[in-house]
Amino acid sequence: MHMIDFKDKCRQIRKMIIQEIAELGAGHVGGSLSIVELLVVLYNNHMRIDPASPKKEGRDRLIVSKGHSGPAVYAVLADMGYFDKSWLLTLNKPNTRLPSHCDMNKTPGIDMTTGSLGQGFSCAVGIAKASKICKDGATIYTIIGDGESQEGQIWESAMFASHTGLDNLIAFTDLNGLQLDGKVDNICSIEPIDEKWRAFGWNVINVINGNSCDEIDNAIIKAKKSSKPCMIILHTVKGYGVSFAKNAGESNHSMPVSKDMLKQAMQELGGSV
Amino acid sequence: MEMRKALCTGLDDIMSKNSKVVVINADLSRPNGISSLEEKYPERSFNVGIAEQSMACIAAGMSSYGFIPFIVTFTPFATRRICDQISVSICYADQNVKIIGTDPGISAELNGGTHMSVEDIGVLRSIPNITIIEPVDTVQLSKVLPKVSDYKGPVYIRMFRKEIETVLNGSEEFNIFGSLKLKEGHDVTIFCSGIMVQESMLAAKSLSKIGIDAEVINIHTIKPIDRTSVIDSAKKTCAVVTAENHNIIGGLRSAICEVLMEEFPVPLRSVGIKDTFGQVGKLPWLKQTYGMNSDHIVNAAVEAVKAKKLR
Repeated sequence: MHMIDFKDKCRQIRKMIIQEIAELGAGHVGGSLSIVELLVVLYNNHMRIDPASPKKEGRDRLIVSKGHSGPAVYAVLADMGYFDKSWLLTLNKPNTRLPSHCDMNKTPGIDMTTGSLGQGFSCAVGIAKASKICKDGATIYTIIGDGESQEGQIWESAMFASHTGLDNLIAFTDLNGLQLDGKVDNICSIEPIDEKWRAFGWNVINVINGNSCDEIDNAIIKAKKSSKPCMIILHTVKGYGVSFAKNAGESNHSMPVSKDMLKQAMQELGGSV
Repeated sequence: MEMRKALCTGLDDIMSKNSKVVVINADLSRPNGISSLEEKYPERSFNVGIAEQSMACIAAGMSSYGFIPFIVTFTPFATRRICDQISVSICYADQNVKIIGTDPGISAELNGGTHMSVEDIGVLRSIPNITIIEPVDTVQLSKVLPKVSDYKGPVYIRMFRKEIETVLNGSEEFNIFGSLKLKEGHDVTIFCSGIMVQESMLAAKSLSKIGIDAEVINIHTIKPIDRTSVIDSAKKTCAVVTAENHNIIGGLRSAICEVLMEEFPVPLRSVGIKDTFGQVGKLPWLKQTYGMNSDHIVNAAVEAVKAKKLR
C-alpha cells in the first residue's frame, strides 16, 4: 500500500502549480491540474528513477507529450528532489530552466522536449524501442491529451508500437474533454477513442475517475502485465481541484491567475507550502 | 558505382563497428538500396511504414537513449514533410539524428514535380543547429558517412541515388566543415555541389579553351559554409558562379551571396533551378530544360568575367 497520503500530496502539488503560474499571472492551468494525480502516482509509486542522477541509464522514463503541462511536471519533479522548489517561481521568466513547455536540455528530470503536439508520443515509441534493443527492462510512460489525439503522427506511431511489440510502453490519454478552442466533441470528436486504440493493436484500460489516485494506481499495475503496448484512458476534469480553474471550463487551457485567485486557491487547498 | 550502393556499404561498415548506429526507413529501403541492412541487423535496421513524421521522432527518441539513428527516405519526405519534427524534436532538442534524403532536385527524374525538392536546403538551412552536406560521388559519400556518424549533432545529407561519374580520386581529405578545391584557377570561381560538380568540371575544361582559367570549389557542406575558402577564392578571382541542383533561392547561391555580400562583393552569376517546380523527365533533358548543364555554367562564367571587367 501507499506510504504517503496521496490526497494531501496532490493538494500540495496543486498549490505549487498555482503559485508557479500566478508569479507571472497567466499560464496553462487546466491541463496542468487535470494530470496531478497521474504524475503523483507515477513518480511516487511506479517509476524506477533516481532524482540525484536524472540521466541514469536504464531508468524508467516519462514523456509528457502534452508539453504544455510543464508546470505540473515541474511541481512534481521539485517535490521529488530533482531541483530546488525555489525554481518553481522562475517559470517562464528570462533565462529560466522551467519554460512553458517541457525541455529536456533545460530541466533535470525531463526526458524529452515536447510542445509541438503529437511528437512526444512518437519520441516515446522510439525510446521504448531503444529500451527493447538495450534489454534494460525500463518501462516507458507517456501522456497525451485528448485534443492531441487529433494529430496524425500519434496514429502513425501507435501502429508501429503494436507492430513492433512494445509491451514496455504505457501511455495515458488525459481525456478531459476540452481543447484550446472548446469541447473536443464539438471541434473534431476523437470518439470512440478506446475502440480506436484497440483497433491499433493496443490494450486499453479505462479509468472512470482519472483524478483518483487509487484507480490510476490499479490501472498502472494492470498495464505493466500487458503483453502489448497499453493505453490508459483517464476520464479527468480539466482544471480539477481548483474551483476558479474548473469553473472557467472551456477557457481554462491558458488563463490568467491573479494574486486574488492565488489567495483563493491557497485557501481552498488548505495548509501552507 | 551507384550512390545507393555506396550508401549501403558505408552504413553497413559503421553499423558493424558501432552497435549504437541504427538505420530507420519509411518504406523506401529498396529504392535506397539499404534493404540488406534489415536482414543483417534486424534489431537495428527497421521500417516504420509510410510514416515520416513518426520516423523522425522515433529517431529523436532513440537518440535520447544514446543511439545514432540514420533516417533514410526521398529528399522531399526527409525535409519539407517533416520540417517541424526536424526543427523541434531533432534540432531544438539537440538530438544526434542523421537525415539522409535521396533524389534531390531534378534527380527525382520520372517521379516528377511532386517528388522534386527544390527547397529542402533553403528550408533546413534556416533551422539552427543542423549541418547540411551534399556529397558529389561515391568516393566522397564513403568519407562523409563515418565522419557524420562520429560527429555529434543533427546532420542532413542530400544525395543522388543512382549511377554517377566519379570526380574524386580518393586522396582528398574530407573535413565536414571544409570545402574541396578541385581545380585551381584565376579568372572566375565556380562554387558547386552535388551533381553540378561534374558539370562544373566539364565547364572548366571548356572555359580553358576560350582563355578563361576557372577555379572549381566543391561546397560539399552548405551549412555551416566554409567562409574562409569562399572569401579567399573570391578575392583571388573577383568573379563567381554558383552551380546547384536546387532553387537558386535559399540554397548554395544564397549561402555564397550571404558570405560575399558581407565580406567581399564580386559579380556573381548562378546556375540552378530558377524558382520553379520540377517535372517528369530524364536527367539530361531536365538539365537542359532547367539550364543546368556545363554549357550554362560556361555562359554564366563568361558573363561573370565580363561584369568584372566592366567594374
